[in-house]
Amino acid sequence: MELRWLPKIDNWKARLREVPAISNRSDQWAQLTHLANARLDFVQTTAIDRLLTTLYSDTRPPPSELTPVRLGVLASSTIQHLLPAIRVGALRRGIWCETYASDYGQYLQEIFDPASGLKAFGPNAVLFALDSHHIAESDARAEVSDQAERSLDLLKSAWGAAAERFHCPILQNTFLPLFPPLLGNNEHRLRSSPHAVVRRLNERLRDAADEFGVHLIAVDETSARDGLPSWYDPGLWHHAKQEISPAAAPVYGDLVARLFAALRGRSYKCLVLDLDNTLWGGVVGDDGVSGIVLGQNSAVGEAYLDFQRYVLRLSRRGIILAVCSKNDENNAWAPFDEHSEMVLKRSDISCFVANWQDKASNLRFIAESLNIGIDSLVFVDDSAFERAQVRGELPMVAVPEIPEDPAFFPSVLQAAGYFEALDLSAEDRERTVQYQKAIQRKELIAGASDMDSYLESLEMKVVSGPFETSTMTRVAQLINKTNQFNLTTRRYTKEDVARFAVHPSFLTMQLQLLDRFGDNGIVCVVIGELKGVRLELDTWLMSCRVLGRQVEESTLNLVAAAAIAMGAKSLIGEFIPTSKNGMVKQFYEKLGFSKEAEDDAGRSTWRFDLENFKPRTTHIMEEHQLIYATN
Amino acid sequence: MQQTEILSKLTTVFRDVFDEDELTITPETTAKDIAGWDSFAHINLIVATEASFHVKFKTSEIESLRDVGHLAAVLQEKCR
Repeated sequence: MELRWLPKIDNWKARLREVPAISNRSDQWAQLTHLANARLDFVQTTAIDRLLTTLYSDTRPPPSELTPVRLGVLASSTIQHLLPAIRVGALRRGIWCETYASDYGQYLQEIFDPASGLKAFGPNAVLFALDSHHIAESDARAEVSDQAERSLDLLKSAWGAAAERFHCPILQNTFLPLFPPLLGNNEHRLRSSPHAVVRRLNERLRDAADEFGVHLIAVDETSARDGLPSWYDPGLWHHAKQEISPAAAPVYGDLVARLFAALRGRSYKCLVLDLDNTLWGGVVGDDGVSGIVLGQNSAVGEAYLDFQRYVLRLSRRGIILAVCSKNDENNAWAPFDEHSEMVLKRSDISCFVANWQDKASNLRFIAESLNIGIDSLVFVDDSAFERAQVRGELPMVAVPEIPEDPAFFPSVLQAAGYFEALDLSAEDRERTVQYQKAIQRKELIAGASDMDSYLESLEMKVVSGPFETSTMTRVAQLINKTNQFNLTTRRYTKEDVARFAVHPSFLTMQLQLLDRFGDNGIVCVVIGELKGVRLELDTWLMSCRVLGRQVEESTLNLVAAAAIAMGAKSLIGEFIPTSKNGMVKQFYEKLGFSKEAEDDAGRSTWRFDLENFKPRTTHIMEEHQLIYATN
Repeated sequence: MQQTEILSKLTTVFRDVFDEDELTITPETTAKDIAGWDSFAHINLIVATEASFHVKFKTSEIESLRDVGHLAAVLQEKCR
């Protein structure tokens, strides 16, 4: 139970001691983030947290994110030792996290009492860190056969109350299977045994969590992989009522923090793979396609196939695959085309780079080609040299330490939790195709003689309409992860989005873009609120994948038409600058809005008169569907 | 393992746990002598010592180890 995918950093402690002397606050935060991305044990985790809370006791760190996580932790036993690990796990992802912990055993009062400390704290996420002893143990003399059901009812009412009071995501630990069985292999037949109760509860918890929109922290599964004794030490339970051992705290904190990342759409999106000795054994340029180690002739060859299968499954659930290899391009492709046992095919790879340049430059190129942030790449390479070069040049790229033995590549990549996801939208599953199409479009643009004929040749069509129940997940995803083309960067949960959709004075609009290469899915989201005769544009964002294709103008046409239908006489746009959305600073100006006001921080408001509105001419066919959500 | 070797290794553990680079300990040092050696820090100290020396303390030992001399003696017994 250690952070085995993270590298050890030389002179870690000395570097930590130097952090307070760094005068530039952004650099200081970046260095802390760097030091958090090391294989820390719990003592180091506590040390970095102590510095973190000292440095930022009065003022928050520079805004790597617009809003910090304010996590309320509700517990039935000692969890103080887990809080530093949660804060450091968040730091590892560049997220500032503030925590509040209930006195143990007080968690129900914290929820229900309007004057509680938790209420005053004002959490934007609540974690139920309840322990197995509390939830599964009943009087040893009393036969309680429905303990699991009773506990589940308790959890459901606590979740419901917390959601109602705090309107924020709810996280729930699963339960450690720490009770000794009484029957043995068929323990499940003794319903009153605490061991059987934990097991049943963990099972039922999955469905209940889906029903309530609660996100689980699966410590039952992680502890099963690591070995329960490394998570639960009965001696420490008797001494200090710590159910999760301090030694497991860094991993626990990382499990919680990766949910923060997923909630903010900050999980990694793309897996970039080296080839030689990463996807197969040997060097294809030297050994030839028939000489590489892959498949049935050897156990090692089987291990590489197994890794490829894991990678393919990741791609099927929406992770983009790319290749970055020092090779001649023809040699690099050869196994994909000619080796009968290759699991991965040409069509699985959205961007393929094989040349002799340094890997950091190639990773930059891959991110650019796919139009995704370089901080959404995970790079897997067997060479320690290449890993170090990339870490040095591109600290925002995740580069796991992988063992020499390929049989353990999948388990390490899994343990790192880079691709944590809460929910899958239909578009996640089609992503590889979408990104490949995007690259084909780029090739077409290189061939087209001028922009107009290129756009015309794309045969584009947008379908717009209000948010629908079936698209809420995707809409919330876009709202939470779009950083660049985002005028206000306001983040909303799926529940917020659903509320806007049914509110009579709100305009909600999603735009789906289709073209001759296929369906790009929902690429643009607008939320507006009608106040009098002014429609105030609370949110306007677009996926950068479709930049420069006149979707902006089409959106204006559709928004204007919808606003006029609602009785608006003008649109009011708002721009809130962040470190990432500089590209839309002039957006409203370019669309013909006039500036109303601007403050010192660069926030500006813009007005667009609808009374003599003439739709902009574009190469996009526009279709507006008036389907209103029924709930 | 000799007492001196145990003490020097323990010093590193103590410095890490109490985040105090200049901290020195002797067999006479007890929980009263070190600011912050409360019951919370004590558990951290026990777990860090176990990891550093690759040993496991008995439940009965954990509470009694609030002075360095006793801790070192138990470690010497375990690291034989």
